[in-house]
Amino acid sequence: MSVPTYDVVIVGAGIVGAACAAECAAEGLRVLVVEAEMVGGGATAAGMGHIVVMDDSEAQFELTLYSQRLWEELAEELPPSVEYDRCGTIWVAATEDEMRQAERKGKFYAERGVAVELLDARELREAEPRLRRDLWGGLRVPGDGVIYPPAAAHFLLSKARAHRTELIVGRAVIEATLGGEVRLQDGSNISSGIVINCAGSSSPKLTPQIKVQKRKGHLVITDRYAGFVRHQLVELGYLESAHAASSDSVAFNVQPRRTGQLLIGSSRQYGAEDARVDQGVLARMLNRAFAFMPGLADLSAIRVWTGFRAATPDNLPLIGPYAEGARLYLATGHEGLGITTSLGTAKLIVAQIMGRTPPISSEPFLPIRFMQESAHV
Amino acid sequence: MYETAHACDVLVIGGGPAGLAAASHAARCGRRVIIVDDNPRWGGQIWRRGSGEDESPQATSLFDEVRRAGVKFIGGAHVFNQLQDGSLLAEAADGVHRFSYEKLILATGARERFLPFPGWTLPNVMGAGGLQALVKSGLSIRRRRVVVAGSGPLLLAVAAHLRKRGAEVLLIAEQAPRARVLRFGLRLIEWPEKLLHLMRLQRYLFNVPYLTGCWPVMAHGRRKLERVTLKRGARLWEVACDYLACGFHLVPNAELAQLLGCETVDGAVWVDELQRTSRPEIYCAGEATGVGGVELALIEGQIAGCAAAGREDEARRLFAARQRARRFASALNAAFDLREELRELATEETIVCRCEDVRLGQLREFDSWRAAKLQTRCGMGPCQGRVCGAALEFLFGWRVTSIRPPLFPVQLRNLAYDPSSEAERVERG
Ligand SMILES: Cc1cc2nc3c(=O)[nH]c(=O)nc-3n(C[C@H](O)[C@H](O)[C@H](O)COP(=O)(O)OP(=O)(O)OC[C@H]3O[C@@H](n4cnc5c(N)ncnc54)[C@H](O)[C@@H]3O)c2cc1C
Ligand SMILES: Cc1cc2nc3c(=O)[nH]c(=O)nc-3n(C[C@H](O)[C@H](O)[C@H](O)COP(=O)(O)OP(=O)(O)OC[C@H]3O[C@@H](n4cnc5c(N)ncnc54)[C@H](O)[C@@H]3O)c2cc1C
Repeated sequence: MSVPTYDVVIVGAGIVGAACAAECAAEGLRVLVVEAEMVGGGATAAGMGHIVVMDDSEAQFELTLYSQRLWEELAEELPPSVEYDRCGTIWVAATEDEMRQAERKGKFYAERGVAVELLDARELREAEPRLRRDLWGGLRVPGDGVIYPPAAAHFLLSKARAHRTELIVGRAVIEATLGGEVRLQDGSNISSGIVINCAGSSSPKLTPQIKVQKRKGHLVITDRYAGFVRHQLVELGYLESAHAASSDSVAFNVQPRRTGQLLIGSSRQYGAEDARVDQGVLARMLNRAFAFMPGLADLSAIRVWTGFRAATPDNLPLIGPYAEGARLYLATGHEGLGITTSLGTAKLIVAQIMGRTPPISSEPFLPIRFMQESAHV
Repeated sequence: MYETAHACDVLVIGGGPAGLAAASHAARCGRRVIIVDDNPRWGGQIWRRGSGEDESPQATSLFDEVRRAGVKFIGGAHVFNQLQDGSLLAEAADGVHRFSYEKLILATGARERFLPFPGWTLPNVMGAGGLQALVKSGLSIRRRRVVVAGSGPLLLAVAAHLRKRGAEVLLIAEQAPRARVLRFGLRLIEWPEKLLHLMRLQRYLFNVPYLTGCWPVMAHGRRKLERVTLKRGARLWEVACDYLACGFHLVPNAELAQLLGCETVDGAVWVDELQRTSRPEIYCAGEATGVGGVELALIEGQIAGCAAAGREDEARRLFAARQRARRFASALNAAFDLREELRELATEETIVCRCEDVRLGQLREFDSWRAAKLQTRCGMGPCQGRVCGAALEFLFGWRVTSIRPPLFPVQLRNLAYDPSSEAERVERG
């Protein structure tokens, strides 16, 4: 067999592919990125860009926290176009029950070294005067932030390119073998030491064995209303919404942009392949937002769009070799957290490629966890 | 929130010449017809009524026909989204209106094309049609010095209108070369009604220099426009003025059609001989199918109206007249084709996207509208590329893709229109 042209070929230049490219290139690896459409134009262009620590599971907590800190470290290098803003998150409690939940969540974060601040009803009103006045309180996580994801993907890729990473845009990979071969749309073949499938919600097209499903989301952007909202606001019921595996769900989720605009989310739908805006879901999502922040109803909206999250059965991404010893790697299945966890994902991948001890446990994310399962059926 | 539901056989979007003609023809064939327009009154760009002074006999008789045919007109309602096939949503002062239809006729017209040049964002540098509209709605232009510049016959119409209202029109700068304009002028004999129209305009343009092969290269002023630099051949000179009314011909309003999934060709809505779009229940007429003037808009509207009402035979009888109007349209578009030099007007520092303050130099590294938009925010503001899109198409050959709702900024409460709650309301009512 001939010597591979590249050490690593990355399929997909979303934020995950871009982060992996930057990290591999920094190791001195010869990297090629192949992007079918355009840099950062997939889910990365549709996502909210909330950099958030989440406690759905210990593994998710560890990966999101590690990644959030990587964004902080990177902050100085980020160009203004990335609009990094450490605005913090407030998890909003609408009921007494949710207030208890906020306390538990706060304790969980604090025990693991994350700064948090519990807000009572009055403090919440002071922090976010536009919220409905009869809410119970909330939990502030000041370390969380917001970025503009397409610009971040562009930046990460230019970092990679400064280390001579090559980029092909406008040609799709149609096959990626376990042995490290990729075939492009135009029929050309490229051999590589390792191939990483970073194709987001399209990743199962290249690697059909993996359990990644599309999960549709809607977002609305408003005109500019500087200061209307100060933190990213998420209802505590959000995780419930993220878990509702069978039915469509919506949650109150509002983000202040550097531009003064507000980004309003969020919805989750399985089995919806059509990218068009679903008026019924949009209406539910907005009415949910009005219930928390009535003043939103008077603002002007300029665009609505949809995007597809790449969801896995256990809500954790797939990061690592497809199977023991395979030269095909996966970095996909990040569902609603891929902007945040792109940086952590890239570190884990590089540690695996270089045979180093990973910075956090990579076990929970190994694709093998599903492969074994399916081998048993 | 107040919601109103309307149902009809034929829904017409746009109450300009094309929409009015379409509506009256469909209604005469016995269909229940509604026209929706975002302006409070019908008439479109050319017969927009306010003062009544512009009402040509042609317009008056069409207005009468529409009234007699029993067409319902809903003004002040902006169509912003589709609810599902066969149903559109519009925003009006009193909330959301929902329109259900069997057949849809899009007659959404055209808008002006702006080209960026240094200083074009200064106050009082305006769209030619835009300034005309402002004057129609009350802006006083008496004794103001105006330079009208750009391309196309619209410049003459605007200049004549402004002069009638007491403006001091200093000159008209037409970018098209003299030879092309002359050839076009000579051909006008084929369309006597156009020639007549031109002669009527000329009464008002007596003594106003019409400079062909001439265009603005820079607008100057501290807080607002004070002077404009013009170029003609090798000559560059400055003209002091209060307003620069600028428009580089027109571009079709194809966004609603695109949102509904209709094919476009070169930015205009594609239609077959019966004015049917690629979606069989949707028709399109007037400047949205390509810029061609009011006669073509009228005849296309008539054909679309008949065809949508199922009267193909009647529609076919109008094909010859449309052919004649189309010949005029292609002569027009060839004559006023934009010259290469206009691509060089903007410098790296010139703002291209006014909503988001994006400069030309920021766009050079990208190879498509969407890539540039994602990385620079160009076209991401409230106008969603309606202004800069046509300029970028001319400068880089990029097309605005991915049209998303709302077509125009709307209040969130209206965007949150809930189809299921409305169904309940209708049942109870
Ligand atoms: C509505 C919504 C809100 C979200 N909000 C947040 C948030 O607030 N915070 C957060 O952290 N995450 C959020 N996410 C999730 C986040 O957007 C995604 O997890 C992340 O963008 C995934 O990045 P990616 O690079 O894996 O995928 P993508 O960005 O989809 O990139 C995949 C790329 O691969 C290319 N590709 C696909 N197939 C091929 C092929 N065969 N050959 C070559 N190239 C190919 C595609 O063109 C694409 O560019 C949200 C997602 C949605 C939909
Ligand atoms: C700014 C401007 C000024 C002009 N001035 C003159 C002139 O002085 N003399 C002259 O001879 N020709 C003029 N024209 C050209 C003239 O308008 C056309 O030749 C002809 O009238 C086109 O008719 P139409 O029916 O296709 O479109 P239009 O007359 O443009 O009518 C389209 C109508 O649809 C409405 N509309 C569009 N989208 C929506 C929506 N989503 N929801 C609701 N309503 C919608 C618009 O507001 C408009 O009223 C002008 C054109 C423009 C763009």
